[in-house]
Amino acid sequence: MQLTAKILKKPITSALISVVFGFLVAAVVLSAAGYNPWQAFGALFSGMFAKPKYFSNVIIKATPIILTGLSVAFAFKTSLFNIGAEGQYIFAAMVVTLLGMKLNMPAVLQIPVLVLAGVAAGGIWGGIVGILKAKYGIHEVITSIMLNWIALYLSNYVVNLQAFHQPNSTGTYPINTSGYVMLLPTWKYSDSGKAFLKRIPWLKEVMLKTDVNFGILVAVLMAVLMWFVLYRTTKGFEMRAVGLNRDAAEFVGINVNRSLLESMVISGALSGLAAAMSVMGMAPHNISTLAAFENNGFNGLSVAFIAGGSPVGCIFAGLLFGGFLYGGKNVQSEIGAPSEIIDIMIGTIVFFVALSTVISKIADRLAKGDASHA
Amino acid sequence: MEISDAYAVQMRGITKTFGSFRALDHVDLDVKKGTIHALLGENGAGKSTLMNILYGFYKADGGDIYLNGRKVRIKDPNTAIKHGIGMVHQHFMLVENFTVMQNVILGSEVTNHLGVIDNKKAREKVMGIVEQYGFSVDPDAKIEDISVGMQQRVEILKALYRGVDILILDEPTAVLTPQEIEDLIGIMHNLVKNGKTIILITHKLKEIRQSSDVCTIIRRGKLIDTVNPQKVDEETLAEKMVGHSVKLIVDKTPAQPGETVFEIDNLSVKDRRGLEAVKGLSLKVHKGEILGIAGVDGNGQEELVEAVMCLAKAENGTIKINGNEIQNTTPANAVKNKISTIPEDRQRRGLVMNFSCEQNMILEKYNQPPFSKKGILRNGEVRKYTSELIADYDIRPSGCEAMPARGLSGGNQQKLIISREISNDPDLLIAVQPTRGLDVGAIEYVHKMLVRERDKGKAILLISLELDEVMSLSDTIAVIYGGKIAGTFKQGQADEKTIGLLMAGGGQNAVNS
Repeated sequence: MQLTAKILKKPITSALISVVFGFLVAAVVLSAAGYNPWQAFGALFSGMFAKPKYFSNVIIKATPIILTGLSVAFAFKTSLFNIGAEGQYIFAAMVVTLLGMKLNMPAVLQIPVLVLAGVAAGGIWGGIVGILKAKYGIHEVITSIMLNWIALYLSNYVVNLQAFHQPNSTGTYPINTSGYVMLLPTWKYSDSGKAFLKRIPWLKEVMLKTDVNFGILVAVLMAVLMWFVLYRTTKGFEMRAVGLNRDAAEFVGINVNRSLLESMVISGALSGLAAAMSVMGMAPHNISTLAAFENNGFNGLSVAFIAGGSPVGCIFAGLLFGGFLYGGKNVQSEIGAPSEIIDIMIGTIVFFVALSTVISKIADRLAKGDASHA
Repeated sequence: MEISDAYAVQMRGITKTFGSFRALDHVDLDVKKGTIHALLGENGAGKSTLMNILYGFYKADGGDIYLNGRKVRIKDPNTAIKHGIGMVHQHFMLVENFTVMQNVILGSEVTNHLGVIDNKKAREKVMGIVEQYGFSVDPDAKIEDISVGMQQRVEILKALYRGVDILILDEPTAVLTPQEIEDLIGIMHNLVKNGKTIILITHKLKEIRQSSDVCTIIRRGKLIDTVNPQKVDEETLAEKMVGHSVKLIVDKTPAQPGETVFEIDNLSVKDRRGLEAVKGLSLKVHKGEILGIAGVDGNGQEELVEAVMCLAKAENGTIKINGNEIQNTTPANAVKNKISTIPEDRQRRGLVMNFSCEQNMILEKYNQPPFSKKGILRNGEVRKYTSELIADYDIRPSGCEAMPARGLSGGNQQKLIISREISNDPDLLIAVQPTRGLDVGAIEYVHKMLVRERDKGKAILLISLELDEVMSLSDTIAVIYGGKIAGTFKQGQADEKTIGLLMAGGGQNAVNS
């Protein structure tokens, strides 16, 4: 019993239990709507794993939300709720696209400049929230929601400026190819490349049919780096102290306001990095007029939540989420069940993660029951 | 003792465990009708747990409760009130901007047939109780405008209004001035004369001897003894409470004050509501001296500390340490100028409860060598340093380096903070309520540490609401009232009565030295 209680208390357990509940609720909904849940789940998983290109696309889909998930998780460690990842992503995507289209330097310069621009843009957008919070005590949720809308309409305005707008489309011109971060983007279409890939069919499929890019490596690296910053550096120490007990941090001389600001800048920068990786790593390499939010940032909230705020956990939560988003399309095309069923599943999972305190209460009760019988 | 209706409360074999911790182990209690019965024990001994079981807050794992000789089951506080049991908690549960009257009737209002509050009837009933027991409270004053002692009376009034016969008072004197304590004891005697029964939870020995008829001592969840407090001395009570003999008097040699280290001149600070809480306060602390500030809570102590730590704005005046003015700079600057503080609220200000002990230990030093290098923490050094302090200061359980601070007992949390602050090697050590909520053994330890630092030549500023503590520990006693120092005395120059009077705002032109 004590062991069961201990296992139940691990955050990973509550995440896994939540996933199981997500599937259960989805099964009930599917059955009620007259679909066979087994078939639907089969379609979901074959949509994720049946072909090499599917799996490649899952990873590509997961990359930006791992990064926005990290963004949210990082801010959360300093007790800030960065609901503005969406706006930071949009603003950074816009900056990266404009610069990428107007600058045309060799790739060794172009790529770092664009990545840094994305990071800086996201950092500024997050920093505004941080300054308003630190200086005037305005709650970050309010300001970041407002900044989400500002970013959306600013981006739509810029997309339609003559200097950037690609005629007869809803978007801008794409960025110059020197800013692409796909794996060997020109070689794979060259004669020698094609000849080489012909010999390895799965690699050929992955390389030629999907936008395999370096983003996932960046995302994994960032997750590890953020873990290091939080748990191994003095800055991270400050931020966590502020997050866990602002009053005590203030009392021992930690500059709480600076810490909050830094945390928001880093958080925004991670969302900006997500945007840079998307624009530079995936077709169509531009931005379009947005009728609504694309949820790259909002999905990051769910990812951070499922990961329990752990940076490394964001990698797995992001992959899970990316898999559902991509594989979910197959549910509709194969068995005709609406793909919204995937949203219900994700919603249920997040809901049960939020209920995880209940699980730890059950664990407490188990432990207690055990003690009183002893 | 057999079950009989001569006893208001009889508890038999009460057992309660929290997790694997046995808080109460087959405890019996017999409270005779019409007596004041004290429950004495250290913090965590189980006395509050026992009373919370009687009041229905906790459910006992085993044992029976008899009221007036009849067995009862008390499943929640409502049942307890129905059985005539009332409890006044340490922290009052009053609505600040309601009047006394409104607070008393809240929850059991007298209404007419339309369900509208019948204020006239309610007032008659309340005033009847007020007169019967000789409370002097103004029924129309708002809670926020009356003193803590008055607020406590309102709590008692609330219980009486609900018709209780058995009144449990949880550490009622912790927040009172000596005069208010005397008044309270008077009220308690009055209640008993009118047939009520009082159970008093406390760890203050003196008050037990002044007020109670019977005293039951509980230690580590077990019943130790029941004695007549008039017939035993304080030392015996203390020994029964902690299980070994303790020194109740602080052991120290006369101070050898040196030059002035810390000086506050004409300081004014506003509180959160924008009212002036510190009004032109001046004081000096010398090397090798403990300056104790005595005063009732809410007379500017909190704002004074906040201003010294640069957390609150000094509207006026100067704060100097070693000749440098530090007012209105940053907390980091105060720390840099060698001011260390043992804060009043250790869980809010002193510790990050979810940080491990070692992380708490470096809370002020994380960015100094050897604990970090180029912004990277060096965990090995942190561990080594923490282990040394844990051994030096006997912080328990040993080997708690990686345990969250939340897992330590209050006394050990305080030891952690004290070891951290003392190892800063400060020039001025500020100790605010350093023994609040600690048991006798831990109090003795904290006092010894403060005296030891004094003897090393440090300047120590002690701020405490416990007058006994200030009087026994300080070399110089300053009384704070209304944001000003109302009087300053050398130790032994003034008695408790004089100081108590100044604390309450009385006393004519006090000697200002």
